[in-house]
Amino acid sequence: MTMQTKAILTDPLINKNPITLQILGVCSALAVTTKLAPALIMGLAVMVVLSISNVSISLIRKHIPGSIRIIVQMTIIASLVIIVDQFLKAYAYELSKQLSVFIGLIITNCIVMGRAEAFAMHNPPTASFLDGLGHAMGYGLILVIVAVVRELLGSGTLLDYTVLPLVKDGGWYEPNGLMLLAPGAFFIIGLLIWAIRTWKPDQVEKPEYQIHMVHRTEIM
Amino acid sequence: MEAYLSLFVRSIFVENLALSFFLGICTFLAVSKKIETALGLGAAVVVVQGITLPINNLIATYLLNEGALSWLGLPDVNLVYLHLIIFIGVIAAIVQILEMILDRYVPALYNALGIFLPLITVNCAILGGSLFMFNRSYNFAESVVFGVGSGLGWALAIVGLAAVREKLKYSDVPEGLQGLGITFIVAGLMSLSFMSFSGIQL
Repeated sequence: MTMQTKAILTDPLINKNPITLQILGVCSALAVTTKLAPALIMGLAVMVVLSISNVSISLIRKHIPGSIRIIVQMTIIASLVIIVDQFLKAYAYELSKQLSVFIGLIITNCIVMGRAEAFAMHNPPTASFLDGLGHAMGYGLILVIVAVVRELLGSGTLLDYTVLPLVKDGGWYEPNGLMLLAPGAFFIIGLLIWAIRTWKPDQVEKPEYQIHMVHRTEIM
Repeated sequence: MEAYLSLFVRSIFVENLALSFFLGICTFLAVSKKIETALGLGAAVVVVQGITLPINNLIATYLLNEGALSWLGLPDVNLVYLHLIIFIGVIAAIVQILEMILDRYVPALYNALGIFLPLITVNCAILGGSLFMFNRSYNFAESVVFGVGSGLGWALAIVGLAAVREKLKYSDVPEGLQGLGITFIVAGLMSLSFMSFSGIQL
């Protein structure tokens, strides 16, 4: 594997992560992460849709007229999402109930549309496939991190196995209910962004308004 | 009547699309730097949501659901699996039509909304609203109320966030939290405050 193809695959993991840097696909990242199992399924579903849609759009990229390209992309993505949705309903009915509308919302997940428009329209199928795979992994990575924190602290379990025994079952851990609610998800992603940007300072955004530092000698 | 009022209030505050279901968060975070643009986008969402939900509801009832085609003499046809692609198609078409109508008859509003109108097609709050309506099997009147209510709720949330962010510009935020990070924290605090509505029963 050359350096370039490796970069296509691994860049979206941290350096150009779709969620924490590009603000793509945040909705589902927050909504499906109360437990680890739905988060994993969601990550896989996005991986399937994103890599196949990238490949198919890249294959026909020279035949799509520019003026109707959005609707062509949308049709391809929507058909793939329908397949994934039907598949989950057939083989993992309970999980598909838990994910409720969020599988359908992969259609409007900006990652899929964004990668089709930004990458698959201009690159050959193999590179597009790797790009799709890489972005889906970057997305899945954040999903898994957030879901692990929320499930562990919120209900003391991981994939429904007890890790921290709860007080009500005779253990020692008092679960933090906030983690399971909507605000908890916002806080965790916010803190995660802070952590990543402390580690990779080049991702820090410039403040719009610089506060003027007054040295005490100026006042004197 | 009371049931509709209750659904209306619930869809604005208790089940706020942005803050408790995380729908439309991408635009919610990206387009909330100024109150004016947030207001424009919010208004557009209310209008599109109020139109698409009832239309999708009619389509679901008379074309897609199991046995819905019996008025055509086809009682055994079940097209439910097509609902995703039909809904997104309807949304894209409505947004396009609305854009043309506004451009022709209300150019002032058209210019004010600008880029936001086409962006609404990929706003998950709109498709999410339709899917919730579908999953919860609302009837036509409920879908009108839910459409307008959830649109208003989303608009309220984005205007509120924009107002906070305008003030936040002048505060001394830690470096790594600058921009996106602090916006998430603010959105979390807003969602915390919206949760206080959750006990309200009408």
